[in-house]
Amino acid sequence: MKGLKRKIDRIKPNFEKGGKFEKLHSVFDGFYTFLYTPNETSRSGVHIHDGNDSKRTMIMVVLSLLPCCLFGMWNVGYQHYLSIGEPNQGIFTLFFFGLFAVLPQILTAYIVGLGIEFVVAQIRGHEIQEGFLVSGILIPMICPVDTPCWMLAIAVAFAVIFAKEVFGGTGYNFLNVALVTRAFLFFSYPVKMSGDQVFVQLGGANAVDGYSGATPLGQLASSAEGALTKLTNTIGEPLSNADIFFGLYPGSWGETSTLCILIGAAILLLTGIASWRIICSGIVGGLLMSVIAHNWASPLYPVSYLDPFQQLCLGGFMFAIVFMATDPVTACRTNIGKYIYGFLIGVVAILIRVYNTGYPEGAMLSVLLLNCFAPLIDYCVVNSNIKRRMRRLTVK
Amino acid sequence: MSNKIRIKRGLDIPLAGSAQSRTENISASLVGIVPDDFPGYKWKAVVKPGDRVKSGSALLISKETEDIRLVSPVSGTVREIRRGERRKIEFVSVESDEKNESEAFDSKELLLSMKRSGLYAMMRQRPFDIVPFDGVKPRDIFVTAFDTAPLAADMSEDPLLANLEAGLKALSALTDGKVYLSVPCGSKLNSKYAEVYEFEGPHPAGLVGTQIAAIRPVNKGEVVWTLDAVTVSRIGILAQTGKPDYTARVAVTGPCVKDPHIVATTIGADMATILKGNIEQTEGKVRIISGNVLTGVHIEGEEGFLRFPYRQITIIPEGDEADEFMGWASINPKKYSVKHSFPAFLRGLSKPFDFDARIKGGHRAMILSGEYDKVFPMDIYPEYLLKAIMAGDIERMEQLGIYEVAPEDFALAEFVDTSKIELQKIVREGLDYLRNETL
Repeated sequence: MKGLKRKIDRIKPNFEKGGKFEKLHSVFDGFYTFLYTPNETSRSGVHIHDGNDSKRTMIMVVLSLLPCCLFGMWNVGYQHYLSIGEPNQGIFTLFFFGLFAVLPQILTAYIVGLGIEFVVAQIRGHEIQEGFLVSGILIPMICPVDTPCWMLAIAVAFAVIFAKEVFGGTGYNFLNVALVTRAFLFFSYPVKMSGDQVFVQLGGANAVDGYSGATPLGQLASSAEGALTKLTNTIGEPLSNADIFFGLYPGSWGETSTLCILIGAAILLLTGIASWRIICSGIVGGLLMSVIAHNWASPLYPVSYLDPFQQLCLGGFMFAIVFMATDPVTACRTNIGKYIYGFLIGVVAILIRVYNTGYPEGAMLSVLLLNCFAPLIDYCVVNSNIKRRMRRLTVK
Repeated sequence: MSNKIRIKRGLDIPLAGSAQSRTENISASLVGIVPDDFPGYKWKAVVKPGDRVKSGSALLISKETEDIRLVSPVSGTVREIRRGERRKIEFVSVESDEKNESEAFDSKELLLSMKRSGLYAMMRQRPFDIVPFDGVKPRDIFVTAFDTAPLAADMSEDPLLANLEAGLKALSALTDGKVYLSVPCGSKLNSKYAEVYEFEGPHPAGLVGTQIAAIRPVNKGEVVWTLDAVTVSRIGILAQTGKPDYTARVAVTGPCVKDPHIVATTIGADMATILKGNIEQTEGKVRIISGNVLTGVHIEGEEGFLRFPYRQITIIPEGDEADEFMGWASINPKKYSVKHSFPAFLRGLSKPFDFDARIKGGHRAMILSGEYDKVFPMDIYPEYLLKAIMAGDIERMEQLGIYEVAPEDFALAEFVDTSKIELQKIVREGLDYLRNETL
């Protein structure tokens, strides 16, 4: 380790001002601080600091995404082999099929996103900010497995530049970067990004008879008025509640398993990175709206027939609540605001899903909508504090 | 004593190296007074090197009003007036002659005597956290009789506190409002002249800012004075005898101290004398802090003096020689974090930890929310106040409660901050900016 450090220190001057590779300074610095935590000591204020930093925070989020990610890869393989009629494969066959199916997407997201981050950091003379470490893995996970990489590249570039960098980078964006990517794909390539063709990778193989690649929510959204369908998997077998909870159905590949999402949520809550206020109130909001919808179910809106458990576990709802709504930069920052924000995300997500039959899923739109309202909610909460202070002044 | 207040939000940082109660007398042959410790006034020197001074003789007087003075805590000869850039006075040092000759002050004209004996400068006022304005009667006076900062000594064991009651009596004559005395839960301190509040809970329960917020917050246009019980006791001695007492009881603490204990010495004492032979020899550098690790002053270089508020010295490793390989992936159980993202929480976060001075991360924009709130027990939104300060928006700062805070109130928030922002510096600059713009 000492040797490596010495080598790096020897080439360091090349990357500093006036050095040969001055233009690569931010890239070098990014890698350097990745390898060695800077030993900068405090200059003003407190003399000691908590061990936690932004890098560690982001890494913990990535760690909490791992269960979903690994399961998602396995599920991609499982859905593939199920659909072509060969479901009895070993776990590793399924996993590696999925891994190789999604790896290009993950690489595309990271290369494009981090590339832009590096360039912008160099232009602005900033340190590389690690926000994209999380976005980069989130983005492929909330996209269908068959999303072409070129589309993903365009969407990532759009989101990173226009949703983040123009506002000043990590910490200043008001919209969740991963969701902007997803929304860009959704609205720019509607044909390619929805329907029943993209959620299962067939990879050229022939599917079994009666195959449909539609997601459960897709099946409901496209069902004819009044003709309530029983939810099925890709080969027409009924889906049990256990299947739904464990995530054995097609969908954007990282977000199907409620179990894995809950494991991730536990990690985020234990480390205090995600706000329990947002997660809890989001689930309460979703539950409430689901109960209302289910109680007054109508054949006009087939999704309203789902019971609350299915509403919460299907689609991207839980994933959005745990990993998207809790993004601290775009969420409400006050504690009271967090309750309101989470609750409204839950309500609006189910509202869109049930009553807007044009969109099979509402979680993405709901979080983006509430991202826009978060500053307003905070404004009201902070203003009540100001009013309290002003009253003290007049009462006296 | 019926007033009991429980502080819930806060944090006791488990720094290793707490002081034993053994007291050692170390008389300082050299003392120094640093005008930077007394913000709010511009100071000019009224002595020259070689001048004879008594304990209580003025070394520096304020340019605004010559009654407010900084004085020599010992009798002897002025050794040096050190000036820095643009002839700014860095410190005035006095060599002690060990004779203890003292100026006499008129104990009947107490306020004037406080100003002339330097005790007035040891008080602070809110708003702005500066030496109190001259000629403004405070709404109330807040006295804290305990210190909850990491490794702080028990203030109630200070022998000076025998004169606390006399001091409180004297102070109560200086305000039309009340004198509030805040004591730790279960304390025996009581007073006829002050309203006593018992505080319970983690740091910052002992900070006067926390106490004011819980008892009676400061509003725009009001001024309150704040001071610690030791200073009150010094005022008590002055009121009784007319002779000021400048002794100080200092806790020498921290992981790099060989024998952490209490030292009885003088205000402004030379650090080298106090610490002689007591610094742990480590491979790396050590950082000597006059004060606690949250708000203290880094004493750099050879010459350094005990700085206001003259109660504590902390020595920690500098740590800048460490190259932590992939620190973000660390599973080191010795790495402390209030967030449970390091395994240290498994062994218990209340056991002592060896901290060093590294900031342990890179500077970022505010990313995580709610971090500050957890350690900030006032009815204020710290994030929003800080943003208003950074934006220089005076109206917003006022609305969000800038008159109620001092930089020290933000120290814990600065400690836990994942983005490593220099919060205390921001608040100090905000208060100075506000003062310049509004007065």
